[in-house]
Amino acid sequence: MTATARLSRRGFIGSAAAAGAFSFGFSFPLATPGLAQSFETPEVNAWVVVSRDETVTIRIARAEMGQGSLTGLAQLVAEELDCDWERVTFELVKPSENARRDGVWRSMATGGSQAIRGSHNYVRAGGAAARKMLVNAAAAGWGVPAGECTVALGVITHGPSGQSTTYGAVAEAANAETPPEDVTLKDPADWTIAGQPKLRLDTADKLDGSLVYGMDFTMPDMLVAVPKACPVHGGRLVSFEAEAVQGMPGVRRVLRVDDETVAVVADTFWRAKTAMDALPIEWDAGENAAVSSETIAASLTEGLRAETPYIGNQAGDAPAALSDAEQVFEAEYSFPFLNHAPMEPIAATVRWTTDRCEMWGPTQVAESALRTLAQTAGLPTEACEVHVMRIGGSFGRRLMTDYIAMATRIAMQLPGTPVKMMWTREEDMLQGRFHPVTRCSLRGAIDEAGDLQALHMRISGQSISYSLNPEGVTANGDGSVFQGLEPDGDQFRLGYNPPNLLIDYAMRNTHIRPGWWRGVNLNQNALYLECFIEEMARATGQDPLAFRRKLLANSPKHLAVLEAAAQGIGWNGPAQEGRHRGLAQVMGFGSYVAAAAEVSLQDGWLQIHRIVAATDPGHVVNPQQIDAQVAGSFVYGLSALLYGECTVADGRIQQENFDTYNVLRLDEMPEVEVITVPSGGFWGGVGEPTIAVGAPAVLNAVSAALGRPVRHLPLVNADLRPAAAGEAG
Amino acid sequence: MARLTINGSLVDLDIEDDTPLLWALRDHAGLTGTKYGCGVAQCGACTVHVDGVAMRSCVVPVGSIEETEEIVTIEGLGQGAPHPVQQAWAELDVAQCGYCQAGMLMAASALLAQNPTPSDEDIRAEITNICRCGTYGRVLAGIKLAAERMATPSDQG
Ligand code: FES
Ligand code: FES
Repeated sequence: MTATARLSRRGFIGSAAAAGAFSFGFSFPLATPGLAQSFETPEVNAWVVVSRDETVTIRIARAEMGQGSLTGLAQLVAEELDCDWERVTFELVKPSENARRDGVWRSMATGGSQAIRGSHNYVRAGGAAARKMLVNAAAAGWGVPAGECTVALGVITHGPSGQSTTYGAVAEAANAETPPEDVTLKDPADWTIAGQPKLRLDTADKLDGSLVYGMDFTMPDMLVAVPKACPVHGGRLVSFEAEAVQGMPGVRRVLRVDDETVAVVADTFWRAKTAMDALPIEWDAGENAAVSSETIAASLTEGLRAETPYIGNQAGDAPAALSDAEQVFEAEYSFPFLNHAPMEPIAATVRWTTDRCEMWGPTQVAESALRTLAQTAGLPTEACEVHVMRIGGSFGRRLMTDYIAMATRIAMQLPGTPVKMMWTREEDMLQGRFHPVTRCSLRGAIDEAGDLQALHMRISGQSISYSLNPEGVTANGDGSVFQGLEPDGDQFRLGYNPPNLLIDYAMRNTHIRPGWWRGVNLNQNALYLECFIEEMARATGQDPLAFRRKLLANSPKHLAVLEAAAQGIGWNGPAQEGRHRGLAQVMGFGSYVAAAAEVSLQDGWLQIHRIVAATDPGHVVNPQQIDAQVAGSFVYGLSALLYGECTVADGRIQQENFDTYNVLRLDEMPEVEVITVPSGGFWGGVGEPTIAVGAPAVLNAVSAALGRPVRHLPLVNADLRPAAAGEAG
Repeated sequence: MARLTINGSLVDLDIEDDTPLLWALRDHAGLTGTKYGCGVAQCGACTVHVDGVAMRSCVVPVGSIEETEEIVTIEGLGQGAPHPVQQAWAELDVAQCGYCQAGMLMAASALLAQNPTPSDEDIRAEITNICRCGTYGRVLAGIKLAAERMATPSDQG
């Protein structure tokens, strides 16, 4: 009777097909559009469907790309619903459905670690409302006051009369109940489903190959398009010789997609790619061909000294205090371009006709994906459909919808034919939306007592908003470049408050297209400041933890996670012979995070032995998923620290695959210890903030081991031999 | 034209000899569980077994495979009953986005077939697949759990 839901976690192999009917979350082309088509009962409300077999389907509006929020959100709904978690499954919401129902699921955007912290109130309210409607329906059937009924595990009981029924039995009647005007949410202290280390709801089909990602999608008569855009961003496609490849196996069309892109359309990916590799193409790279990593660095370095109106945080008079000070430390750091490089490269299937356009594929922003689709297709949004899918990793890449527009332009040249656009890894690497490049100069004045009296931090570099969200650039510049350095705010807040402080920014944009990369600007800001803080501590003979304690006197939550991480690594005791430690802390995406790392250097390379993370996210919805996110954040952040760098020559990105864009693998994976110290009263994200402390904690440990600071990423370019002279930069 | 033995069935595929096995599986045999991640033998997302040995199918032309060689893909791993690595992966919630996991599971099962009691160092050296979500810690734990189970089959429960 409850086999489907149970199987999805207990006997996962047998369940995959059964679960699939509910969980793919997209309708196949011939199916009637709309939700819950596979259920014999109507929904209770927008969030909850209970079928007669007691399966509870919870609707999820935010994208799932591996971060696990799908399960966390379902836990929050199920908690208020008081259903049996073992019978819970999920269904993904389509943006068209959200629009038709006046945004009942609110924002579908999934970025900025917002999935849970940005929706916990209304998803819990959705679960609580459904519970009320189910209980009211049962009570009405019995003719008893609803207030006399209790619920446990989806069974409603009327104590006085001893009657009981189930959610599945009253679900249909509940649909007709008036939705309650307000509901009382549980105190998190009373949670039994939320807050628990539940296994993911969406695992089974990842283990037997049955999960259909955007790359895997197929439908009858579908063709595959492999595009190639001008490798120099902003350059032009001049011409291509279609005749040279038209006779190759499987090739159907060679077409101009837009001013800078050509595509080969064939019956399969490999045939399209083979023809693309053979296609003679003439590009006009334009003036950007003169740009290189060196010219970009020169422009950013100029920005470090230039006048600028953009100020992110200011107290006292830092320039004056610095010029009067006796002891001033200075450093210059840099952070390179990085590609998201999710394991699933970009892919999307679009079918266009003169009156309808549909997309089957992944997106982190389903609603703007639908708008992009409609605008490109020249159709009203009501005539369009985005069939969302679970994503093979994204890390911010699919917050941008460029690839949806591209897939649509291709499909529009083959009316009625579904076309799956698939990027090669090389195309994905060249046409990414890169972590912006910045440099930073820091100057700090330390007085005789060892206290930081003045700090000036100048960031120079690329603005993501300038490229993607111009309205985000105001008279104060792109405010988001100050992530983690702001004087106040509940998302990002600098914990340090020296008496004289100036943090400012010189915007220096490049033609390399930037994007929101997991952790965004918190990554470099935390690295710059946390490494400089530790440099100053070591230079003045102070313990880096004790030095920060003084600076964080008014920031107890910042300090608490730092203390927890330091304790976890054994900061107060000596490290093993040859091992060195570093720390970092930051507040970002609503959470307080810190890391402590222990490394050793051997033969010019490092081994990261241990890394401890401490996180205060306010509330914990699923502790084992937090562990997974924190460990994953370290892998992501440390891949960048060790290897990640996209360089530019002749205007184009030089790294085209994992052989030149290396990432952390299992052999280098440190032991990770996750400490979660939820202090309650707020809701912070966990998918991103830890990335920003992993790299500086390790870099600080490396600098401690070397006895001199390393200030430029990635470490693979640095000389890590202790005796080497002069690396300072 | 290629004749291959895939998951126990003999199939004829109308393709060029130099087509990588990965694309023969995905585009012609309809088995999309084997993933494309890099195409240059770097990431391991495309790992399958050929006669029990883990191979990166993106760089293996179908023309180089004999019809007698047994190709097993993720769809064929644990046919009938889940393979111990699949069971361990489910219990430890190893997968995040899941995209790399077919390759991880194929690499892990091939490792255990050759070395039923791998040390941490063996696992770290042998599993070179890329996971951008960063599941490495649980992959390591999953292989060890599966190894324990395989050593004492009666304890499987
Ligand atoms: S796709 Fe074959 S190793 Fe990456
Ligand atoms: S689970 Fe996402 S790439 Fe490995």
